[in-house]
Amino acid sequence: MLYSDKVLEHFTNPRNVGEIDDADGIGEVGNAKCGDIMKMYLKIDEGNITDAKFKTFGCGAAIATSSMATELIKGKSIDEALKLSNKAVIEALDGLPEVKLHCSVLAEQAVKAALSDYYTRKGLDPLLYVGELKEIEH
Amino acid sequence: MEKFLYCDNAATTKIGDEVFEAMLPYLKDAYGNPSSIYKLGRDSKKAIEIAREKTAKALNADPKEIIFTSGGTESDNWAIRSTAYRLREKGKTHIITTVFEHHAVLHTCEQLEKEGFSVTYVPVSNEGLVSVTDIENAITEETAIVSVMFANNEIGTIQPIKEIAAVCKEKKVIFHTDAVQALGNVPIDLKDLGVDLASFSGHKIHAPKGVGIIYIRKGVLLPNFIHGGGQERAKRAGTENVAGIVGFGVAIENIVKNIPEKIEKLTPIRNKLIDGILTLPHTRLNGSKNERLCGNVNVSIEGIEGESLLLMLDMKGIAASSGSACTSGSLDPSHVLLSLGLVHEVAHSSLRLSISEDFSEQDAEYVLSVIPEIVEKLRKMSPLWERLVSESK
Repeated sequence: MLYSDKVLEHFTNPRNVGEIDDADGIGEVGNAKCGDIMKMYLKIDEGNITDAKFKTFGCGAAIATSSMATELIKGKSIDEALKLSNKAVIEALDGLPEVKLHCSVLAEQAVKAALSDYYTRKGLDPLLYVGELKEIEH
Repeated sequence: MEKFLYCDNAATTKIGDEVFEAMLPYLKDAYGNPSSIYKLGRDSKKAIEIAREKTAKALNADPKEIIFTSGGTESDNWAIRSTAYRLREKGKTHIITTVFEHHAVLHTCEQLEKEGFSVTYVPVSNEGLVSVTDIENAITEETAIVSVMFANNEIGTIQPIKEIAAVCKEKKVIFHTDAVQALGNVPIDLKDLGVDLASFSGHKIHAPKGVGIIYIRKGVLLPNFIHGGGQERAKRAGTENVAGIVGFGVAIENIVKNIPEKIEKLTPIRNKLIDGILTLPHTRLNGSKNERLCGNVNVSIEGIEGESLLLMLDMKGIAASSGSACTSGSLDPSHVLLSLGLVHEVAHSSLRLSISEDFSEQDAEYVLSVIPEIVEKLRKMSPLWERLVSESK
């Protein structure tokens, strides 16, 4: 299996690893059974994502997609973050092996899960803003 | 030169220098077809027979009991399928194997189930050992064949093959063993062992890929599996892989010479690796420590996922493997690790190091110096580790 240089670079030097103590939204997707867990922390100020951090248990692709997803949403508005697709993550990483495509979906879902949590904390129905989180096929 | 430590000998091995030299003529000038009448052909034929004799001697078998194949997978398929089809005629449609066999055996049995055979997959202990009594109890009037691996490819546990062979003999059931991982690591005396059929592979013993053997004990009927020309005394068709067979002969002759020395040298190094890794918190050894191949280490390092560990080891020049699903291309982690009762996340966290005779104590020290920092880095970014730590507080 071949990883692109970009994937390996993000795996070796992942951006935004860690937690945000006073996060405004935290989302966790995946499960230990399938071998991938992504936990994403967002700091949101006036509708903008001012900081994003992650913790991931998973393969090289899972770590690289987490890293890239946080990079892609940092400094963006919530609306823009909600539009982040797994395809955008794949493109930004110069591609992923076929068997690893689900990792990019996981990264997209982690962002959405964190934003759902953000709305829930605000007392708003996340379904109206984020929509339903799809089941991820591994 | 950049550091490179090959710790994946259970996957494949480096071709031996002597093996390589012995093969070269048959890849170039000595290209004759062993079935041809002229000298060039006869020379190839002679080379095959010399390799067969070396092989027979190395395993204490008769040369007539040794048939060259394309490798372990073909031998496993042949042994199990041809025996099953032969005995179906006599109303025997039951097969016994274990839950943690190599896929060459498991998937063959699954295929036979689709064809109407019933298969009992005998469980193994949490130490990765097969119980002779469990095998004995599974045998019925309908049992055609029992197939139990000699040593497990992932966790290196060594099974009581001689005892199982004795039970099968008493119950008049054909017994096959996949001995691919055992060869070169455990002394094998086929006459003494009493198995009916056995599979071996070349590329695990410093011979090339694409060559192996099946041992068919004298008197055991095994209908042909590959049909065609009259090669291998009309038992296995197809123009022989002459260079590969020559390589196999040299490799097996070399490797069986030094088994006691190899065990004596590698066992303490292996234990050093195991003990060293187990000093890290939340780690475990997978499979029995005592009934274990001298070069096999298989541990779970909880909180981190196997593939990312392998990638980081690779960056440090260490080639290893894992039973994580991510490295197998399937949904589930290793069936072998699950068969020991490991939960999925612990199976995903496994690391296998399989060392060969040239691995030194200094090499082990290097591996042990590299692993803790990698583990720390990966655990730091793992939500699973965070949970483990808070749970154990």
